[in-house]
Amino acid sequence: MSNKSLHIKELESESIYVIREVASQFEKSVLLFSGGKDSIVMAYLSYKAFYPSPIPFPFLHIDTGHNFEETIIYRDKLITQFDVKLCIGSVQDFIDSGCLKEETGYDASRNKLQTTVLLAMIEKNRFDAALGGARRDEEKVRAKERFFSHRDEFGQWDPKNQRPELWNIFNGKKQLSEHFRVFPLSNWTEMDIWQYILEENIKLPSLYYTHEREVFKRDGVWFAYYPFVKLRSNERPVIKRVRCRTIGDVTCTGLTLSEAHTTEEIISEIAVSRITERGGRFDDKRSETAMEDRKKAGYF
Amino acid sequence: MTTVNYSNVELLRFITAGSVDDGKSTLIGRLLYDSKSVFEDQLESMKVISERHGNHKVNLALLTDGLRSEREQGITIDVAYRYFSTPKRKFVIADTPGHIEYTRNMVTGASTAEAAIILIDARNGIMEQTKRHSYIISLLQIPNVIFAVNKMDLVDFSEKKFEKITDEYSIFIQKLNIKNVYYLPISAFHGDNVVEFSKKMTWYKGPSLLSILETIPLKNNISSLPARFPIQYVIRPQTDNFHDYRAYAGQIASGTYNVGDSVTIVPSYTQSIIKAIDNVMESLNEASAPQSVAIRLVDNVDASRGDMIVKSTELPIVDSNISLMVCWFNHRPLCIGIKYIIRHTTDEVFGIVTHVNYKVNINTMENVICDEHVKMNDIAHVFMKTSKPLKYDIYVKNRLTGGLIIIDGNTFETVGAGMIMK
Ligand SMILES: Nc1nc2c(ncn2[C@@H]2O[C@H](COP(=O)(O)OP(=O)(O)O)[C@@H](O)[C@H]2O)c(=O)[nH]1
Repeated sequence: MSNKSLHIKELESESIYVIREVASQFEKSVLLFSGGKDSIVMAYLSYKAFYPSPIPFPFLHIDTGHNFEETIIYRDKLITQFDVKLCIGSVQDFIDSGCLKEETGYDASRNKLQTTVLLAMIEKNRFDAALGGARRDEEKVRAKERFFSHRDEFGQWDPKNQRPELWNIFNGKKQLSEHFRVFPLSNWTEMDIWQYILEENIKLPSLYYTHEREVFKRDGVWFAYYPFVKLRSNERPVIKRVRCRTIGDVTCTGLTLSEAHTTEEIISEIAVSRITERGGRFDDKRSETAMEDRKKAGYF
Repeated sequence: MTTVNYSNVELLRFITAGSVDDGKSTLIGRLLYDSKSVFEDQLESMKVISERHGNHKVNLALLTDGLRSEREQGITIDVAYRYFSTPKRKFVIADTPGHIEYTRNMVTGASTAEAAIILIDARNGIMEQTKRHSYIISLLQIPNVIFAVNKMDLVDFSEKKFEKITDEYSIFIQKLNIKNVYYLPISAFHGDNVVEFSKKMTWYKGPSLLSILETIPLKNNISSLPARFPIQYVIRPQTDNFHDYRAYAGQIASGTYNVGDSVTIVPSYTQSIIKAIDNVMESLNEASAPQSVAIRLVDNVDASRGDMIVKSTELPIVDSNISLMVCWFNHRPLCIGIKYIIRHTTDEVFGIVTHVNYKVNINTMENVICDEHVKMNDIAHVFMKTSKPLKYDIYVKNRLTGGLIIIDGNTFETVGAGMIMK
């Protein structure tokens, strides 16, 4: 703690303040846990915010069924370590019951289907605030989002009607059946997250470090190869040494060729990297306004 | 501990203000680009969009235009936050739009900013908007102002022109409460004096915009102000291991706390002594703003969210009759005599505006009396009665304990912001 950098300390204090605000202002909040590094940092910050009391809200994982195995193992360990309740919303269950239809074709992804499952889980459990690990530096549209993001009855975000946020006063008041998405990491950058992981000595899933994997290249981006991925005729799975920069559903998580074994090595790689983190995520590339459209519809 | 690049720097939050087309987006794009915070894939997508819009040179402004409707209208409409860092500092920019109808966004961005860049077009000089923005900066008490005269390339990099504008501005701001002003001539589009010095304006001897940003004083006094700790959350595990543990969690708004300090809890005026300041597994001897901590007291006192722990030697004002400047955000006007919800620090009370003293015409800086109709984007001085006393400092002394928000009791929208005067 004493050897933590100044700006990281300030960001940590701000995030803990926001997390405590959620616990104070809402009756039934939940932490959206994807297994990605941002949600892992969120889990640690939540632990710190209430220590020595347990974290006062459950974690919610929207499971696409197309996971990296390591993510699930890591998730279950963390749940035990922090002694929190885990809720799972399964995309597979929604598909099996006929509520959702699977996308087909080469670029099929279950990412979009997650939105429906998330909203259904919020509705079913009557969650009134969902904490997420999104950061404003990730994407242009996120840059405009507030810490406390108001969602209507249908989970929709209205970018033109956001509540002004002044000083550190947050207004989480809402009508019944509306809810909030809250983003305590809003002001962190990718580099800050890595620096925090380093300074706090947080263990991440092995996927974040270099490992050998069967991969294929599509539109200039490396993806993990799994049997359910439909390859184009010019695409061949090959073995490469890679790491993930961010982890989502396997069908749209881009990989970086890397030899980084440690957090320090990752930081030096990122410091010289010229590609943004989301640049490796296929789902954002569909259209120039992809993220905005999905956000309005209730995406994370 | 390994040292990494960018490892130990301070955080500066600043806003940019200017009228539409003064070059704000271009300037921010330039800062990001020249400080190497733009990545290849972003540059690539900007190239594609620029070409689609018929531009051959990459339009740096596209970096900051986030929402589709803005892209369609070609203007920035909401507060957007941007990040970049240099080896000296890490920056958070609140990019706020220039149109009249969006005063509320500027007020929002200004509330947390420690510096403001006011951008003007050298060809147009000082406009009504410039005055409006300066007034808001003064009202919200942003301690540092950088007055940047942009598009100098379009006025032949003329020193005379620059001086005429800056002279006019320095006279204008005498009426305001602005502490530190830096003046500089730039061309955001070509990059003159933004990061690199200008070869075309050798008459300007001051620092570049980036070096001003890297060196202006930060949070100068927040940890030396009277100590204010609004209780946010009470931590009471009630487990076997921590049976009697009770800590008051929150973020220190100002000042410094030490173990052993004699403290008073307001508004009950209960006295106690700080037993420990906790930060997860660690106990600190001293903590100061803006740290989030959990404070334990020697005595078992009755205190909860909304109360404030202060040093017994420096008590805040406690009163339920206040006067304040309000900035109104909503389409429905401020109503005298109706009950609003007031959020102030971590406290929540009801408040009724009893009287509108005057409205400010922020173009002329004149106070307009006998006009009680406070509408969207209006700024007014009002009197308010609250259901419980507030514990506060006046806003010019402490931004966090002197600021409050006004919430509509039915729609729950944030309809206004207030800066306490008395
Ligand atoms: N010649 C010149 N044009 C500029 C300069 N800065 C901005 N512009 C142009 O002014 C127009 C408005 O700029 P923009 O950044 O979109 O303004 P905003 O509305 O304040 O964000 C654009 O066409 C810019 O290319 C400058 O320093 N010199």
